[in-house]
Amino acid sequence: MPNPDHTGATAPIAIKVSGLRKSFGSHEVLKGVSMTARQGDVVAIIGGSGSGKSTMLRCINFLETPSAGTIEVAGQAIAMKADGSPKDKKQLEQARQSLGMVFQNFNLWTHMTVLENLIEVPVHVLKTPKAEAITRARALLARVGLAEKEAAYPAFLSGGQQQRAAIARALCMNPKAMLFDEPTSALDPELVGEVLQVIKGLADEGRTMILVTHEMRFAREVASHVIYLHNGVIQEEGPPEALFGAPKSDRLKQFLKTVG
Amino acid sequence: MMSGVEAIAAASALDLLALSPPGWGATLLAGLGNSVIIALGAYGLGFAIGLCGAFGKLYGGPITKDLLAVYTTIVRAVPELVLILILFYAFTGLLNQALLSWGMERVQISPIITGIVVLGVVQGAYQTEVLRGGILAVPAGQIEAARAMGMPSVTLARRITIPLMTANALPGMANLWLNATKDTALLAVIGFSELTKATYQASATTKAFFVFYPAAMALYLGISLTSTFLIGRLEKWARRGQRDVRGQ
Repeated sequence: MPNPDHTGATAPIAIKVSGLRKSFGSHEVLKGVSMTARQGDVVAIIGGSGSGKSTMLRCINFLETPSAGTIEVAGQAIAMKADGSPKDKKQLEQARQSLGMVFQNFNLWTHMTVLENLIEVPVHVLKTPKAEAITRARALLARVGLAEKEAAYPAFLSGGQQQRAAIARALCMNPKAMLFDEPTSALDPELVGEVLQVIKGLADEGRTMILVTHEMRFAREVASHVIYLHNGVIQEEGPPEALFGAPKSDRLKQFLKTVG
Repeated sequence: MMSGVEAIAAASALDLLALSPPGWGATLLAGLGNSVIIALGAYGLGFAIGLCGAFGKLYGGPITKDLLAVYTTIVRAVPELVLILILFYAFTGLLNQALLSWGMERVQISPIITGIVVLGVVQGAYQTEVLRGGILAVPAGQIEAARAMGMPSVTLARRITIPLMTANALPGMANLWLNATKDTALLAVIGFSELTKATYQASATTKAFFVFYPAAMALYLGISLTSTFLIGRLEKWARRGQRDVRGQ
């Protein structure tokens, strides 16, 4: 269970989303959602397919350009032009460097070995000395159980191994928060556990995380706050015990029944 | 057994190809050298144009995209021979007119530079398209991962997009390289002494067409075989980390 101290309302705000709207063409996917994640919070975003949960996560680091609303990372609002696109490239790059993103499809760079994947951004973007980056990368690989795979290319790893390497790659930047976009959805059922275990370890050590997931049991176990999205609005939110134990809205009741 | 006539023919063929005069070997090799220099120069210039063109077509503003579309369309539509004649005569003519009107001396542009520029401009148009296809074939997720980690766009192109695109673009780029080596022969029309022109001179003077043209063929084949070998090595390197499609 996450340490209850982490959810204390006095911790500094890590990520704040206010009035976020996003349309693709004439289709409005997010209709004004807000969220605050303080340091140490683990926020799980759940919802059915097409509810907008991935889009909400991807707007936080501007992989999707918000149509309206504001995003704050570590107390700094990301400056936006009128159309929602980022105004200040440098500022956005810095914000992104403080957010470790893990994708559904791993997205490891296939032309680099696992170790090269981990040290790429630290060495070539953050200008960490190479030796230091390698030391940190090896420690992280050991932590996710991939110490022997540092010289392997991603194509020769299982999905679970690739996702653990991708998590280590994100951690290697020393991010202030982690964003997980359905990290186990592309995995064979027997590989899901090993990835969830790594994520749980991160939650236990008090990392700030936003997690979009289909794994309800896992969300209940690790999250300090759960958001249920439906049709682009937050239908219900609260601590996991309340949301999963005593859902108020019919929609959430229905949803929890279908995902079992 | 060789008959006497054949033996004399063989001996005289070797004499004709000897490196020192009256043999024409040195002329042919100098022509080969010129062909290789022009091919390398044109391919290099084409690569610089092609890389900028491909990124410009994919990520540039509307004006950049339009200009590049005009460039690739025209250059790929007009026969290279016509382009060579236009650029060599019209371009040097215009340049000299301009120089004279500014009160400067007329210049004679070196055929090597002309060859490199003309073939480079042609190569650039084709390479733009091959490289653009190579970039489009890079899985979007890998570029997205780099963006999500705050990689600036130039670093992203250099460290992620270009290395990943190389494997996709290499077969097409290898074709263009072989074309570049052979297109140097077109420069014979502007009197440039590359391999084809040198071969023509040698055979016209000696009438030994069946000695010099096969010799030139062998030299062109030599370039091609060497290139194929080197490209094979390059492709193996570029495909590092990829599973073999045959499952090996």
